[in-house]
Parts: sequence; structure tokens; C-alpha cells
Amino acid sequence: MSPAEAIIAAVLVPLAGAVLIAISGRWPNLRETVTLVTAVILFAVVLSLVPAVAAGARPTAVLIQTLPGVPLAFEVEPLGMLFALIASGLWIVTSVYSIGYMRGNDEHNQTRFYVCFAIALSSTMGVALAGNLLTLFVFYEALTLSTYPLVTHHGDEESMKAGRTYLGILISTSIGLLLVAILWTWVIAGTLDFRSGGILSGRTDGLMTAALLALYAYGIGKAALMPLHRWLPAAMVAPTPVSALLHAVAVVKAGVFCVVKVVVYVFGIEFLSLTGASEWLMYVAAATLLIASLVAMTKDNLKARLAYSTVSQLSYVVLGAALATSWGVIGAGMHIAMHALGKITLFFCAGAIYTALHKTEISDMDGIGRQMPVTLTAFLIGALSVIGLPPMGGVWSKWYLILGAVEAHQLVFVAALMISSLLNIAYLLPLVARAFFLPPRVPIAQAAGAAAATSREPDRGIREAPILCLVPLCVTALGCIALFFYADRIYALLAQIAAP
Amino acid sequence: MELLGLYNYWIVIFLMMSGFYIVIARGNLVKKIVGLNIFQASVFVFYISMGKVSGGTAPIVAEGVEVYSNPLPHVLILTAIVVGVATTALGLSLVVRINEAYGTIEEDELGIMGDDD
Amino acid sequence: MLAAHFPALQVVLPLLMAPVCVLLRGARLAWLAALAVSWVAFAIAGLLLAEVLIGGPLSYAVGGWAPPWGIEIRLDAVNAFVALIVAAIGAIVMLYAPKSVEREIGNDRAYLFYTAYLLCLAGLLGVTITGDAFNLFVFLEISSLSSYILISLGRDRRALYAAYQYLILGTIGATLYLIGVGLLYQATGTLNLADLAQRLPALEDVRGVRVAFAFLTVGLSLKLALFPLHLWLPNAYTYAPSVVTAFLAATATKVAVYALLRFLFTVFGAEFSFTVLPMGPPLAVLAVLAMFTASIVAIFQENVKRMLAYSSIAQIGYMVLGISLVTVEGLTASILHVFNHALMKGALFLAMGCVFYRISSVHIDDFAGLAKRMPWTAAAFVGGGLSLIGVPLTAGFISKWYLVLAALERNMWPVAALIVISSLLAVIYVWRVVEQAYFRPPPADRDVREEAPLSLLIPTWILVAANVYFGVDAGLTTSAAGQAAQTLLGSAP
Repeated sequence: MSPAEAIIAAVLVPLAGAVLIAISGRWPNLRETVTLVTAVILFAVVLSLVPAVAAGARPTAVLIQTLPGVPLAFEVEPLGMLFALIASGLWIVTSVYSIGYMRGNDEHNQTRFYVCFAIALSSTMGVALAGNLLTLFVFYEALTLSTYPLVTHHGDEESMKAGRTYLGILISTSIGLLLVAILWTWVIAGTLDFRSGGILSGRTDGLMTAALLALYAYGIGKAALMPLHRWLPAAMVAPTPVSALLHAVAVVKAGVFCVVKVVVYVFGIEFLSLTGASEWLMYVAAATLLIASLVAMTKDNLKARLAYSTVSQLSYVVLGAALATSWGVIGAGMHIAMHALGKITLFFCAGAIYTALHKTEISDMDGIGRQMPVTLTAFLIGALSVIGLPPMGGVWSKWYLILGAVEAHQLVFVAALMISSLLNIAYLLPLVARAFFLPPRVPIAQAAGAAAATSREPDRGIREAPILCLVPLCVTALGCIALFFYADRIYALLAQIAAP
Repeated sequence: MELLGLYNYWIVIFLMMSGFYIVIARGNLVKKIVGLNIFQASVFVFYISMGKVSGGTAPIVAEGVEVYSNPLPHVLILTAIVVGVATTALGLSLVVRINEAYGTIEEDELGIMGDDD
Repeated sequence: MLAAHFPALQVVLPLLMAPVCVLLRGARLAWLAALAVSWVAFAIAGLLLAEVLIGGPLSYAVGGWAPPWGIEIRLDAVNAFVALIVAAIGAIVMLYAPKSVEREIGNDRAYLFYTAYLLCLAGLLGVTITGDAFNLFVFLEISSLSSYILISLGRDRRALYAAYQYLILGTIGATLYLIGVGLLYQATGTLNLADLAQRLPALEDVRGVRVAFAFLTVGLSLKLALFPLHLWLPNAYTYAPSVVTAFLAATATKVAVYALLRFLFTVFGAEFSFTVLPMGPPLAVLAVLAMFTASIVAIFQENVKRMLAYSSIAQIGYMVLGISLVTVEGLTASILHVFNHALMKGALFLAMGCVFYRISSVHIDDFAGLAKRMPWTAAAFVGGGLSLIGVPLTAGFISKWYLVLAALERNMWPVAALIVISSLLAVIYVWRVVEQAYFRPPPADRDVREEAPLSLLIPTWILVAANVYFGVDAGLTTSAAGQAAQTLLGSAP
């Protein structure tokens, strides 16, 4: 398969998978097999692109000539490669997990769920591999629309409201700001292609650059920069596998990925640091990451806490991009990968706890470490990675982000990153401590137990989630550790963009 | 004197405005149609008077006549009159149907359009 | 040579077939006749557009009388494109007609529907292709009179009153237009549009010409329902039978937009319309007002058809906004939107017809659980709705893209911002319906699958598919619209 074919295949394979899933909807086993096979094929396809990109090549492919001068075209560059690799790799794990979760919780409309999931993955691939801003925009919108049914999966009043927030913020920012920014870029630069060094570089003055950057930063609502972050916690009403893949990996990462991509290939790092147009964005990002961390501490609902944690972590990436230094961009790109693995582990654990014990509030989780030791250990690993302690992958991205801040002579952001790490500890580790060290609160445990399958097993015994849920979260937890040792590969890949 | 010399325009404007006023101000659907007719008639007069060339005769080729009125506007307006007749006929038949359906042709009593089904 | 007479045949065929339909009487026979004529007209329009795009403008002297004395049919990139839109929508709507007409009009009166429809088609095509200002009036009235009839065929008695209101306002518009033509004739002594265009620049300062300009613009604005002259439209679209609404919404106002374009740009010339007389700002203001007021009103409608009607008024605002920019990009956006809006509104109103066919209501409360009861219809509505919002990969996105681009190129920042903000209003009113269809449970007694018949679904989905196709591959439409815009601004051969 030539690289061009591989690119097209990366977008079309999940789509074809979606069709097949829809057809095989009546036979759940067949349907799940299709999902898994599609995911594996997709990963293989994406993997086949890696050697060429690592060697410095930039494979391209044109899907169709949409508008004169602006085709739907793809070009693989290191950042997109990394993102595609993470998203497709984690899709396999998530598919396994969702089978366990969806069956374990006996969810309705499972076929629609898997179909939308596959379409969302196809859109993610489109975003990752996009060769120009139009393509990026098209798939960005497709991602929003295809995940809408997933967010509103439960179909009740609450999810409908969440769906409104989700769609409202994402569509209105993308059409209202991002589209304008893209068109403005077209008017100024006469092209929408991504080029290293930036297409806007040298064509705009400082104020205009800052305005454009603002349109992009807020237009990409998926990056959840405050005050446009509301959709992310709202979207947590979705079933946990959705939160895990889409709202810890695909959707939000698509957002920050777009921001990094725009900074690197549309503005150009040097141009931004020269004009200082991104300085305001650093402050906004820093404020978001601190405030979101503080908000996360106040949340008792585990998923809500993780959601705010995600808001905060996304701003690390935006901050890295806004610093407009090569270390900063490398840190940003790396953080996309590191946080993806760490956060998906945490979400998997949240889902596993819900599936096994039907608990959602952290205050109910005293002592559950005795019932679910594997899950909680994985949670600890994921948390350490998100906090950024060795020997987890998360340490590297923070390391480079801080280097970036130093390089940009912005010591205040070094402080912000440090404080935020402390806050991370404060909101992630108490759960682990409660789970392992506090005795279970008997009355509540019984009440919760009654709501669940009433005392099939004794309360004190091991009550892990189904094996299909358990294996994926172990895999991703191990991944967090593995990334600590293999970070050099990612670094080598990303160094290409940072050092032109 | 110049103003009076253009008296045909004054007639046109007077007819047009009175027709327009009737269409707007009357609540009776038939009267509205009458107003519409007067409105259209003003335009007919406008076209016809426009074709007149002072001192010219009817446009029939004859010995010793050099100046003719312009026949084209007259021909045009014949067509427009036909259109006007058709409009009136259709309008009146709609009024008949409205009367059958509602039992009234007064706009005030028909005032149910805004409400939703 | 038959091909040489194609321009005339396009109008003559439906005109002749209309009385034949009356004679045929039977619903089925009349339908077959109308269907055949529509598709032939569609084919001819396609051939003519291809010929014009490649070989330049076509002129056809009706009855062999040479222009400027005889009536000329003159086809260039602009009207050949509009004619294709009209004919295409006609052809698709006719596929859809039989079942829906049977349900909403009744087979005993069906032949009258087909007769009026053919007359309307002939009138609309006539307006589009004629090169004569007075002839344009005649065709305009043919199409208008027949559309009053079509609207009055609605089952609801309010359809009659809606038709009556439309008749009054439509006639006033046409009469104003007639006065304008008379004044122009007085000043120039010709009725041929091309001839007028040649003579008018010398007469810029004649007061009669300026008055004519005013009458023509207001008259045509009434016909195209430019805010605030739109009052006839919501009721007419709401109470007309679904087929009629779909057909008229997708064609009638578009043809009026075309006529306005023709007068502003070809006859008077952009120089006169926008430099000598400052038409740009007032048109832009009205357009923006239309976009906002109509969209906001649409949000509060309980009747979905009426909601779409208000949305049409807003969308006409986009077209006029493009005109008011007076650049090739702006006009391209306008003409593109004429086409794309025909596709999206056609699809949406046909979907309404499917809903009405089964549920006998288009009230938003009755849409509850529609996705379960009529999944394909609901999906078609979502498709059309996405296009209306302007989501990428739908036709609506392409026109929005060009419109915003045009505004940016003129450095009109606030306008660009207003365009995107108003298109967000579309999200709200479309999503109200979508939520109702997908999240509310169907009423307990109607919780069964009752999809509309295929003969309704297929034409609806053809239009939905066209929305997607022309959103993905816009090369064809953008080049045709671009060429049309250049023709209008006189920068193309």
C-alpha cells in the first residue's frame, strides 16, 4: 500500500466499518467483531505510515477537489502522525472496553453507539492527517456532529441538555470564529495549506496576528479554553467509554492538536515569538489550567472531577503552543500523547468502578481499593502520569513544557506549571488514599450494594469489573509506564517540526 | 404652466394613490380588488398617454400623414389589460371561495390568520 | 433543426401542455404529461447551460422577428443556470407529486393542479430566459397567477386567504414593475434588455430613469420577499400543499432574485446602481435585517412549515447581501446560494410533505418521536437542516464560505460577523425540530413504524443527496456561478 492510499484508507476504513456495523447490528457478536477488526486494521494502516514520516517524508493525498484552489487533501506530518497513532491505537483498547462496559451495563441502542464511534474515529483521522485548513475544518465539524449522538446516548432530559451545551458551544465557536479565521487567513495568505514556517508569517502585523490567534484559539472550542470549557463537563453524561476515548483522547485532543497545528503551520513559531502576539494566550491558558484544577478539587463526582482535570491539562498543551518556542511545541505535542494515555486510564477506572459497584461519587469510594485492587492500582498509575511523576510518561511532557517556558523567558509560567502539578496531586490522589486506606462506610456501601445486583457476592470480597473492562485499563496503565522509557521516539518524531 | 402641461401624470398619480389607498385601507376583500383595479388602471392610462405624439394620428398608414402616435405602448397595454382581467377574475373567485369557507369577506372577521394550528 | 429551437421549446412545451392537462382530466394521465414535460424541460435546460458555458451567450428571435423589435430570448451564463435550477426542481417535484397530491389535494382536482403547475413552470422559465422587459412582466404574471391558484389548493381554508393576500401584494409588485418598464421605455424607446443596457448609460441623469429604477427595484423586491416586503410569504408557504411549497420555495423567489440581478447589473449596470445611486448600503441593511429578524421569528414558530418559510426570508437576505457587495465574489455567493438554497429548502419542504402524508400535521409537537416512526424522513430533515445551517460537506457551507469570503475581501468585518452569527440562529431552529424528532418519545398510540411511501422518499432523498454532492464537489456549481457573476459584472466575454 502506497502512503497516499494508506492516508485515504485511514479515513475510509472506519467509515466502511461503520456501515458494516450498521448492517451487522442484529448480531451483537458479529457487530463487536467488526468493530474490533476495523480498529485493528486502522491501527495497522496508520502504523504503516510511521516509518516514512519518521524518515522525514511528508506523504500527501488528495481526496476530492471541493472548492477551486482548496481541495480536501491530506498531508502527514509528525504531529498529525502522533495524534493519529494515539487515537487509532487507543480505539482498539476502548473497543474492548466498551464491549465490556456496554454489555455490563446493558445499555440500549448499542448499534448506533458503535456506528457513531466509528464515524467519529474516521473524523479524527481526517483531523489528524488534514493537509489544509479547510480539510481540518470539515473533519472537525464532522467530529462534533458524529459525537453528538454519543453524548446524548441516554436520551433523557439531562443528556439532552448536555447535548445542547455540547453542540451549542462547539458549533457556534467553530462556525462563528474558526470559519471566519480560516477565511481571513485565505484572504491574507491566499492559501490554506499547512506549511512549516507558517503561511501567515510576515504577512500580518502584531495586533492583527493576535486577533487572528484569538479567533483560532477560541474558534477551536474543543480545546476547552476558559470560558468556553462548559461543554466538556456537560459531555460527561455520556457512557464512560465515550468519555474515555472521545473526551479524553479524540475530541479534546483534536482541539488542542488543531491549536498546535495552527500555531506551527499557519502562524509559524518564529513569527509568533517575534511578534509576541501569543503572549495573551499564555496567560489565558495558565489561568485556565489553574482555575480548572481548583474547580476539579471541588467536584465530588469522579467523572466531573476528571473532566475538569482534562480542561486543565488541555491548557498545558495550549500553553506549550502559545510559548512559541521549540521546547514548548515539543512539550505540547508530547503532552497530547502522555495525557491521552494517563487520562484514558483514569476514565476506564471510573467506568469500571461504576460497572462493578455503581458508584459515581468520590465520597462513596472509601475502601473500594480492597474490592477492586487492580483497578485502583491502575488509577494510581494513571494519576501519577497525569501529575507528572516518574516513572510515568507524563513527566517528560511537563519537563519539556517547563523548558519551553524557560526558553521563552516566562518564568511565571514555570511557576504556574509547578503549582498546577501540586493541585493535580491534591485532586487525584485523595481518591486513591481513600480507596486503599479508609475503611468502607458500611451503610452507604450496603445502600449502593442494594441498588446494584443485591449481594451476589460478599461486600468485602474482590469485585472487579468484567474482564473486558479490566484488561484495557491495565494495558493503558502499562502504556503510561512504557512511555516513560520510550519517550525518545516521540521526541525524535516531534523534533522534526520544532527544528526546521 | 409646465406642471399643468403634464396633466396626464397628475391623473395617473391620483388614480394610483387612490387605488393604493383603497387596497390598504378597506377591509372588504371585494373593495380591495376594486382598489387594485384602479391601481392597475392608472398604469394603463400612463402607458396610453405615453404613446400619444402631439399632433399625430392613429398609426394607420395613409396619404398625407407624417406623424403617428406610437402604437407599441397601446399594444403592450392590451396585454397588460388581459393580465389585469385575469388577476381580477382570480381574485374575485378567491373571494367567493373565502366567503364559502368562512362566511364572511371582511378582513376583521377573518382575523384568524396569525393563530397557529 | 429542433435543437435550434430549444430556447423557445423550454417555455412553449409546458405552456401548450397545460390546456392538454385540462382535457386529459384523469389524475394519472395529467401527471404523466406534466412529468414528461418537466423532464424534457430539465434536459433542455441542461443542454442549454452546457452550450452557453462553452460557446457564450445564445440569442433566439421568437417568431423570427429580429431583436430589438421582436421578442428576444437571450441565454447567458446567468439565466441558463437559473433556468436549470427551476427545471431541475420541477422535474424532481413532479416525481414526488402523485402521492402527495392525492393526499393533500385529492385526485378529483389533481388535473387542475398539474395545469396550474405547468403554467407556473412555463412562467418561471419564461421570466428566466426572456430578453425583453415587457415579456418578462407577462411571464412574471403567468407564474404568479398560477402560483396563487396552486396555493389556494391547500386543504386548510386559510390557504385561500393566504393566496388572496399573495395575489394583492403580488399584483402590486408586478404593477410597480410595469410602471418602471414604462418609464424606461419612455426614456429609451426600447424594451429589449440588451438594448436598454446600451442606451441607459447616456441617460443616467434623466429623472425618469431614476424613478424607473426605484419602481423596478421595489416591485421585484416584493416578488422576491425582501424584508420588509415579505409579508405574503409565511402564510403562503405554510398553507399551500406541500408539493407546491417545495416547488415555489425553491423556484419562485429565486427567479425574482434573478430578475433583480438582471436589472441591477445588466440593464442599469453596476456603475449606475451602486455608484451613481447608492443602492449597496440600503440593500445590505435590509438583507441583514432579514437575516436576523426572520431567523429570530423562525425560532419561535410552532408550525414547522412556517418556521421554514421564515427561514426562507432569512436566506433571501443572504442572497441580497451578496448582491449588495457588488464584487465578483459577492455575486458568485448570491448565485450559488440561489442554487444551494433551492436544494436545501426543496429537500426540507419535501420532507415536510412526507411528514404531513403520514401524520397530517406539521406542528412541532407532533414531531415527537418522528425518528422512530419515520426514520428516513427524519434523517432527510436532518440532512437538509445541516445544509441550511451550513455545516461543511453540505451545499449550504459552500455558499456561506463564498459569502463570508466576499465580505472579508471588501473588508466588511461587521458584515462577515453578522453572517456567521445569523447562521448560528439556524442551528437553534433546526435543532428544536431535531430534538423533538429524536428525543421525545412518540405518543403512545402511534408508536409504530410508518415510513412515508417510497415515491415520496426517493425524490426527497435525491435532493438531500444533491445537497451533499454539491457540498463535497462544488467545482461545477462554483464555476458556473462564478462565470455568471463575471457575466453580470461585464468582465467576461
